Amino acid sequence: MADTTDAAAAGAHGIEETAHGGGEAVGMPQLNFESWPNQVFWLVVALVVLYLILSRIALPRIASVLAERAGSVTNDIAAAEELKLKARQAEEAYNQALADARTEANSIVAAARAEIQEELDEANAKADAEIAARTAESEKAIAEIRKGAMDSVEEVARSAAAEIVTALGGKADQPAIDAAVADNLKGA
Amino acid sequence: MATEEQSAGLAFHPMDQFIVKPLFGAAGDPVHWYTVTNVTLWLFLAVVAASALMVLGTRGRAVIPTKIQSIAELSYGFIYKMVEDVSGKDGVRFFPYIFTLFMFIVMANVLGLLPLAFTTTSHLAVTVILALAVFFTVTIVGFVLHGAAFLGLFWVKSAPLPLRPILALIEVISYFVRPVSHSIRLMGNMMAGHAVIKVFAAFAPLILISGMGVLVTPLSILAISTIYALEVLVAFIQAYVFTILTCVYLKDALHPAH
Repeated sequence: MADTTDAAAAGAHGIEETAHGGGEAVGMPQLNFESWPNQVFWLVVALVVLYLILSRIALPRIASVLAERAGSVTNDIAAAEELKLKARQAEEAYNQALADARTEANSIVAAARAEIQEELDEANAKADAEIAARTAESEKAIAEIRKGAMDSVEEVARSAAAEIVTALGGKADQPAIDAAVADNLKGA
Repeated sequence: MATEEQSAGLAFHPMDQFIVKPLFGAAGDPVHWYTVTNVTLWLFLAVVAASALMVLGTRGRAVIPTKIQSIAELSYGFIYKMVEDVSGKDGVRFFPYIFTLFMFIVMANVLGLLPLAFTTTSHLAVTVILALAVFFTVTIVGFVLHGAAFLGLFWVKSAPLPLRPILALIEVISYFVRPVSHSIRLMGNMMAGHAVIKVFAAFAPLILISGMGVLVTPLSILAISTIYALEVLVAFIQAYVFTILTCVYLKDALHPAH
């Protein structure tokens, strides 16, 4: 009852105050029940509109965005795992290739070394044979020279002995002289 | 009181901001149920703001969200988790309804803090309808899901038998007081803060009238700023409180056993 009178007073006051530009509240405007149907009506309209907008458009959209994001995060993690695995496999393949290359290089080096060794041995043998041949030839030549020299020495000794015998007034007995010289040379 | 203060040169009209008046036409025009009023305007601004955030903000549907989309998603996640944690998994069915309540209240509260704005949530008519909607929803859901077993909510089985009738009476009273406290808490918080700001604001022009103003004017401006900051906090907290209480009541309807 009191509220209705209050409201009436407020209304009356409002009309009076129009000239000054604006009403003035008497008591609490919240308890002015004259304005309630208006507020209730518009509130219900506003809430229904907001409910429809949110439940029909906004909330399904956000739910799908969140689901999509969760999905893509899961996918990204899976892709990252896969890439990690691939990287590990690539590393293993690289290491394997490296080890293979090293083994191959070692075998090539060994083969080359063996080949070189063989060639070297061959060359050494050839050189040794040549050296031996030369040595034998030289020795033969030396022997010939020595033999020649000895023959010359004998001849010189014989003729020298005959000269000396002649010079001493004897008669040179050639075969005796030859025998004596040969005898002496043998002793020498 | 107004006349007394006016004689001193200061005008105190802390409640004028709550007057419902037609948006078009003269100030004294009657307010019919269909009249487009300042309430209508600010109710729909709240709807527009909430829709802009939730619909336009998520327009891009980006996997990497923009700032506004992040805010929309955070609000969604925040309320969704609240409903799930407080009301249980089966409360998620009511998520769009609870989210609508939260978005509406938070937008109305925040928009009401703009200078010259009308705070729709400071009106009992608005909060009573919001609270009654929750009350009836919860009660109907309770009876539909559990039938008469829903009344077990009032019969505290863990209490000793002689105490149960007394507790049942208290439980019934508290159940029916829920919409009252639910609505008056929001309305009272919003109204009080705005009225206090207006009272301090009325002191601000004192410097133009008397020497006391040298002291009073800076103090009142400081007070307005402080209360305003507090009101920003209250705007969010009261929306949160209203929403979480809705979830708690809904939990009673879904799982009435104590």
